[in-house]
Amino acid sequence: MSSMVDTGEPTRLQRIWQSNMAYSFRRNPVAVVSLVIFLIIAVMSLLAPVIAPFDPYDPASIDIMNSEYPPAWVEGSEPEFILGTDDQGRDLWSTILYGTRLSLIIGLCAVGLQAFLGISIGLIAGYIGGRLDNILMRLADIQLSFSTLMVAIIFLAVTQAMFGSETFNQYAIFFLIAVIGVAEWPQYARTVRATVLAEKRKEYVDSARVLGFGAGRIMVRHILPNSLSPIFVISTVQVANAIISEASLSFLGLGMPPSQPSLGSLISSGFDYIFSGSWWITAIPGVVLVVLVLVINLLGDWMRDVLNPKLYKG
Amino acid sequence: MLAYLVKRLFQAIAVMLAISLIGFAIQDNLGDPLRELVGQSVSEETRQQLRDELGLNDSFFTQYLRFLGNAVQGDLGTSYFFKEPAVDVILKKLPATLELVFGATLIIVGLSVPLGVYTAIKPNHVLAKVIMGASIVGISIPVFLTAILMIYVFSVEYQWLPSYGRGDVVHVFGYWDTNFASLDGWSHILLPSIALASIMLPLFVRLIRAEMMEVLQSEYVKYAKAKGIHPFRIYFVHALKNTLLPVITVGGVQIGTMVAYTILTETVFQWPGMGFMFLEAVNRVDTPLIVAYLIVVGFIFVVTNTIVDLIYGLVNPTVNLARMGA
Repeated sequence: MSSMVDTGEPTRLQRIWQSNMAYSFRRNPVAVVSLVIFLIIAVMSLLAPVIAPFDPYDPASIDIMNSEYPPAWVEGSEPEFILGTDDQGRDLWSTILYGTRLSLIIGLCAVGLQAFLGISIGLIAGYIGGRLDNILMRLADIQLSFSTLMVAIIFLAVTQAMFGSETFNQYAIFFLIAVIGVAEWPQYARTVRATVLAEKRKEYVDSARVLGFGAGRIMVRHILPNSLSPIFVISTVQVANAIISEASLSFLGLGMPPSQPSLGSLISSGFDYIFSGSWWITAIPGVVLVVLVLVINLLGDWMRDVLNPKLYKG
Repeated sequence: MLAYLVKRLFQAIAVMLAISLIGFAIQDNLGDPLRELVGQSVSEETRQQLRDELGLNDSFFTQYLRFLGNAVQGDLGTSYFFKEPAVDVILKKLPATLELVFGATLIIVGLSVPLGVYTAIKPNHVLAKVIMGASIVGISIPVFLTAILMIYVFSVEYQWLPSYGRGDVVHVFGYWDTNFASLDGWSHILLPSIALASIMLPLFVRLIRAEMMEVLQSEYVKYAKAKGIHPFRIYFVHALKNTLLPVITVGGVQIGTMVAYTILTETVFQWPGMGFMFLEAVNRVDTPLIVAYLIVVGFIFVVTNTIVDLIYGLVNPTVNLARMGA
């Protein structure tokens, strides 16, 4: 009703606030809390160099004598280290901030790569169709039939053996993004292709073609904006999956090295100390990882309910 | 039908050929077989002679064909570390991995059906909401973290269950020793199986729930209700039967995926299966073993997927085989 009382055009922000999606968001406490937690984690980890009390990448600030101090609320702790220290004497709080940043960056970049590859291939396959479509979708089927984790493990293992761990560790972040990014493109390609096939028959596409627009322009400027909602839904789930994949690979020693740990490699280095009672090196990064993935999944669930109720089978 | 079968088999063979090509390319580029064979102390002249004898100077294509010929006969080279045929090394480790997958499958099948059906019948009940909430938490916890958590609780804190190895296994035949025949074996396989099941169980609960809710809306279920058939019979005989088709399809593919997750579970629990062996082989740069693992695992994936596709084509009358084969 407020829009009728208001004079003048609503601003863009107001229109977003009044949209159906924002309304259902405000009415859903789980989604609101998830987004708030996600934003807190994201902002804090991106600001890691500013807020972290120590620099975990700087060997000069690390003293092995400080190793395995428990968190502040446990007996025998050192007040300097709020969450305790890890096996190498690094402040766990700072290391987790930096590690979360790495996990988020790898997750987001990998999904960006997936989306770019998948959307391009999906658009082309759906719009051009015919034999090319057939070949591309057959490839997607084959790629999907192999688990991403398996492909990533084998690819990274061979890369590591080939380049030696020294070089591998240096470029680990790029290898991780590349392999997680490439292995999952069919998820996007299939969905985009399906929506393109539906959109292609609509009148606005015909009229665009009659106006003489090229295929590229029609695909990107006309069809793509109308296929965005399933893309959003997939993207949230994919980010959560990518973060889990990265953590799993790093845990196996095929990802980020212990000198530059992501959450997965931190958990992995803590695992060796769990039997001697130093549970915090594993447990605290583990909790951060689970909370991060959980809030992304919850947001994805909400988005799926709002945008595309038919997609629930994922 | 026959045309579809043949086409599907051709696709499977093509994929296997691609995998073998990748495997060969890895073998060709990773490590030097000569050094493994004779060490460093041999003169350059003898080296060249040996290279000729071993055929290492032949063209890539000739070498690939030879590799392929050997592979078809089950010879994937000799492991540098174990000094025995790579295929034998893998076959010795295979039962441990398969038993782990089997244990996890038992848990998944045993729990996902009742939980999925229940959450579909009573979607608004508190318990159903708790199950759905737990399932999204379950999806969000990586396998290795579940495994570590269980080790910490059950092995370190309470010391109820062992944290590593297979324990007392009972020999069955060939390379197959089983965990399912002794109490100690059961206690060793319990935690790894739960850890492995933990990632798939929530997926299956959600899948069964979604399919079941769709089926419960259909006319024939309403008709069965109107006829006065006992609700249990409707749910578990009439409705469940029709939800199983998609579940089996997804499930078949997930068996392949589980092989990947065994690498994580086996690492945490030091389970002496293929996955653990593969990571060790990587650390030792044991190229023939790495390549053999790649080919064996690729084979498992291709076979399960082909079988699932064929079953799907056979069972589902709405699949248009002629079009799928096109």
